[in-house]
Amino acid sequence: MLTIELFLEQSLNGLQQGVMLFLMAAGLTLVFGIMHLINLAHGSLYMIGAYVAASVTQASDSFALGILAALAAAGLTGMLLEFSALRRLYNRDHLDQVLATFGMILFFNELVKILWGPQALFLSTPELLSGTLEFIPGAPYPSYRLFIIGAGLVVALLLRHLIIHTRVGMLIRAGATHREMVGALGVNIDQLYTIVFGLGAMLAGLAGALAGPMLAVEVGMGEKILILTFVVIIIGGIGSVRGALVGALLVGMVDTYGRAFLPTIMRELLDPASADTVAASVSSVAIYVLMAVVLIWKPRGLFQAYGS
Amino acid sequence: MFLNKIIGAEASLRTKIVSLVGLLILFTVPLLANLFDEPFLVDIASRILIYALVAVSLDLILGYGGMVSFGHGAFLGLGAYVVGILTHHSYEGTAVAFLPGEWQGTTQAFIQWPLAMIFSGLLALIIGALSLRTTGVYFIMITLAFAQMLYFFMISIPTYGGEDGLNIWERSEIPLLDLYDAKSFYFTCLILLLLCLWCCSRIVKSRFGMVLRGCRQNEVRMKALGYPVYRYKLIAFVLSGMIAGLAGALLANHTEFVGPGLMHWTGSGEIMIMVILGGMGSLIGPVLGSAALLMMEEVLAGWTEHWMIFLGPMLVLIVLFARKGLYGLLIGKGADNG
Repeated sequence: MLTIELFLEQSLNGLQQGVMLFLMAAGLTLVFGIMHLINLAHGSLYMIGAYVAASVTQASDSFALGILAALAAAGLTGMLLEFSALRRLYNRDHLDQVLATFGMILFFNELVKILWGPQALFLSTPELLSGTLEFIPGAPYPSYRLFIIGAGLVVALLLRHLIIHTRVGMLIRAGATHREMVGALGVNIDQLYTIVFGLGAMLAGLAGALAGPMLAVEVGMGEKILILTFVVIIIGGIGSVRGALVGALLVGMVDTYGRAFLPTIMRELLDPASADTVAASVSSVAIYVLMAVVLIWKPRGLFQAYGS
Repeated sequence: MFLNKIIGAEASLRTKIVSLVGLLILFTVPLLANLFDEPFLVDIASRILIYALVAVSLDLILGYGGMVSFGHGAFLGLGAYVVGILTHHSYEGTAVAFLPGEWQGTTQAFIQWPLAMIFSGLLALIIGALSLRTTGVYFIMITLAFAQMLYFFMISIPTYGGEDGLNIWERSEIPLLDLYDAKSFYFTCLILLLLCLWCCSRIVKSRFGMVLRGCRQNEVRMKALGYPVYRYKLIAFVLSGMIAGLAGALLANHTEFVGPGLMHWTGSGEIMIMVILGGMGSLIGPVLGSAALLMMEEVLAGWTEHWMIFLGPMLVLIVLFARKGLYGLLIGKGADNG
């Protein structure tokens, strides 16, 4: 039955999924908007974050330490990738970028399989956050999910502050529109790019670490969220952080509502057996339909990036 | 001569020699396999030919039309599913779902394979009509999204195996030919591939092909010259989808199984790698790329279970340092890029 409690609960779930997607999408869209690079390996950084967080948390019994380790590992891996290979691809065709980063996915998936084995890791929720909060009367909500929502919103605000109000943010915005000019004014563009890439990688690592206690930490988890992330930034308009936030929330909501309510709605319309089938297929393609509709309506996404 | 028709009569001597040697190898694979007493080589070679067919179809729009379709697995997969579904119903003696009437499917290749091409072509028409409104990275991602849609759609249909896919209990039937025989199957694939190469080379050199290549180089100028660019690109996209559908039909027969995995985006990525690895914008290139990638997989997998850890960095190096692909390496300077 559709009750108001269920609706609110699912809305929070959608918000939580959206926030998660935003953490991924922010990095991806920054890298695309500023360096014009399509980075398929972004999902691998997420996976690395999740694995490192899981291992460190299990070893040290501290989730906070796990998150810090994940941030460091993902950030360093990202900067290493940028420094060794990706910076050579900035001026190349998108096709070359897709292929090279696809190769990196294969590499990291196999590397993780060698280091951690093919079995999935399961991480329990940290004790402090394992309870529930009942701020919607009659519908207790897991506090860990609330924690993710909070963390994501804090990151969004920090990112906004960084881009609009700091010197690095100013250089990032300037670098996106007038690359040569910024370089000519004496700013070390290469270094700036490495920092931006590292920042995006850290956000992906954070998303991975946060996802650990909710999902199975396994090889291939990166690709699952990567495709969703691309849908998000395409909907939002590539290069726009604001677009990434709106796109992420939109995708999170549509996906969650689809999965939660479509089966009930379909059962009103069709016989139970085919209702479940139809609901399952419609809800799994819902976000792709959303993306197709947005692109047909606005071929360059909802928001414009800086400079384009 | 047939060879001249594919590579062009004006091609350099080196190009002719390379193509001739390639053709010679292709025709003698079953003989060589017998000679070395390794009959499974014919099986691998058939797989290479089938993937070469998809790669050529992708190259037609990617290398010549500049359309980076990241969802080609959808057309391959749909072609395979058409064969799988028709065989499934004919084997079970049940009526084909979603169709009016009580048609119980068939195993006749001359019905199955054209149907696979038609359905993949229709799918390409729908996807192309919507996707071609966008360009650049948006085009890459929207084709990817459509393929993913189809992937999840096939997973959620339990009638046709859902996530587990469909086993194909009978291969397609061609009168006077036994497709269960590895050699007959190999030569069927080879003839279809050569036929497709011939058609594509005719297309690429025709007025239609010239317009397509013009779109790749400068679409705005083609528009200014008054060409209905969108229509040209859409037709090429549909043609490409149809060829991929045919390859799918062959692949279903080869593996005797169809699953949603064919439509997964990593599959589409692999097809794209074949085109780039071989050299895009040359019809021979994708064939080389398919052979190289599948053999590399075969050899590396023989060495270690973790062969992907070598394949990944190799791809990065190829992208960074060998931009014209294998065809460029073999042909030297003469390799034209569309």
